[in-house]
Amino acid sequence: MTLDAILITGRTINQGATIENKTSLDYQEATAYCELNPKDIGILGISPGSCVSVITDHGDVVVKLKENIGNPDGLAFIPMGPWANAVVDPDTRGCGMPGFKGIPSRIEPTEKKVLSMKELIAGYK
Amino acid sequence: MTVITDALCPFCGCLCDDLTIVVDDNKITDVKQACKLGTAKIMGHHRIKEPMMRKDKNSEFTEVSYEEAINEAARILSNSKRPLLYGWASAVCEVHKKGILLAEELGAIIDNTATVCHAPSTLAVHEKGLPTATLGQIKNRADVIVFWGSNPVHAHPRHMGRYSVFSKGLFTEKGRKGRKVIVVDVRKTETANMADEFVQVQQGSDYLVVSALRAILSGHADVVPDTVGGVPKEQLIKIVEVLKTAKFVGIFFGMGLTQSESRYKNIDNAISLTFELNSFTKCAITPMRGHYNVTGFGQVCSWETGFATAVDFARNAPYYNPGETAANDVLLRKETDAAMIIAGDAGAHFPADSVRHLAKIPVVQIDPYWNPTTEVSNVVIPVAICGVEVEGTAYRMDGVSMRMRKMIEPTHPPDTQILERITQRVRELRGE
Repeated sequence: MTLDAILITGRTINQGATIENKTSLDYQEATAYCELNPKDIGILGISPGSCVSVITDHGDVVVKLKENIGNPDGLAFIPMGPWANAVVDPDTRGCGMPGFKGIPSRIEPTEKKVLSMKELIAGYK
Repeated sequence: MTVITDALCPFCGCLCDDLTIVVDDNKITDVKQACKLGTAKIMGHHRIKEPMMRKDKNSEFTEVSYEEAINEAARILSNSKRPLLYGWASAVCEVHKKGILLAEELGAIIDNTATVCHAPSTLAVHEKGLPTATLGQIKNRADVIVFWGSNPVHAHPRHMGRYSVFSKGLFTEKGRKGRKVIVVDVRKTETANMADEFVQVQQGSDYLVVSALRAILSGHADVVPDTVGGVPKEQLIKIVEVLKTAKFVGIFFGMGLTQSESRYKNIDNAISLTFELNSFTKCAITPMRGHYNVTGFGQVCSWETGFATAVDFARNAPYYNPGETAANDVLLRKETDAAMIIAGDAGAHFPADSVRHLAKIPVVQIDPYWNPTTEVSNVVIPVAICGVEVEGTAYRMDGVSMRMRKMIEPTHPPDTQILERITQRVRELRGE
């Protein structure tokens, strides 16, 4: 099953604690995931820890699924970083700031694996 | 073994100044009082050891001397018609000064990490001004604290303990017990779990909610619909009452306002609410700044160029127009033909399309650490860590300047030395 959600990105404590160590697996674990509430996870029909594709008009990325009971229905959160930025809205809306929050997205289960930071950036070259 | 007391933390805009650092044989062995973020940065991570270069971005780097790397950096920048110098927030003000000088020499655009953080707040301040206060005033006076689109439990872990929610001061001797805490967010965060009142707004509706609060405050509750941006009218009325009857309100806001729909207009509206609350009580508003010295870059750039960031020197005089001259504007328009990324990580924190353009143009990186920007760089110059290995000036989120201390001797040259040498070489290449 797929889920339509509004995506936001932002800081977390583990993202911050690994921010100077971005080649590490710790950084990947701290940033390459997508949080949904249990009800939305139920719609996807998979368990937390599984991989999901997050697809927006601006790109798609594979991250791990995580549960957060604080999210309202239809709201997805990915910590700021290269994985989140693969799908955010680059439009700066005339004031220099891209759209890091409020991006319409489609989330679906996937068999694909999460790319490492180096693999992800290599895709841009 | 040396023990350094009252050391400053070079991580977030709280700039905590009560750390104890234990140094043994020029190695930091313990950090006391710091949060998880500060401890991780001060204890250190794997560093880039030597300068590196490569022509083809798909090939491996080759280690080179500092002189070679500096010469190549200067060649790339002086050959560029539209260079971008970006980053700066993880460096002290002395570095910013040298960077702005280099930008002027090159006719470059200089922008800092605020461009993906609080630059919209600066635009709002242009429109409305900023009724603000130091964190000391908040600690000593504020009895109502509002966090709007900000999650300090994760992003500024000691803010609540040192300056706002829990701190005890001259007129706030009861600490948490004497304070009301309101959290406005789109999801129930760990910060929201600690609030007396959690206001859950629909994503992108902050502007509407601020407008409703202003309408109620000015006596026009009758025009406010039953729910605004997902918030029931009764809750909005209750909040206005709490704010109006407070002795001193401290509003802190984060990316929930700057990065959502409406961008700087959200903050513009929140500043208007702050002004209007001052007809009833005292109210101050403060941006929750991310990097420890992102505020400092805005200060240095303002006094050197007249503008806080996104300054374009192409016309031989400073020109500023975010939306046209901010880092992502020029990258997305594919206008930038060479970039220098220093003390910031565009590769990790810019949208994919901006990073795609960086991957196509020559990039010079000046940074202690290997990160996504390294992956798209041609020249990488490792430097000492400001605030750990280099002393200098930084500005706290409330605009208070403080002196960062050197904890250990550096193993790499400081950013200032690298920038001086690049600037010197640029002048030589241009025959000046």
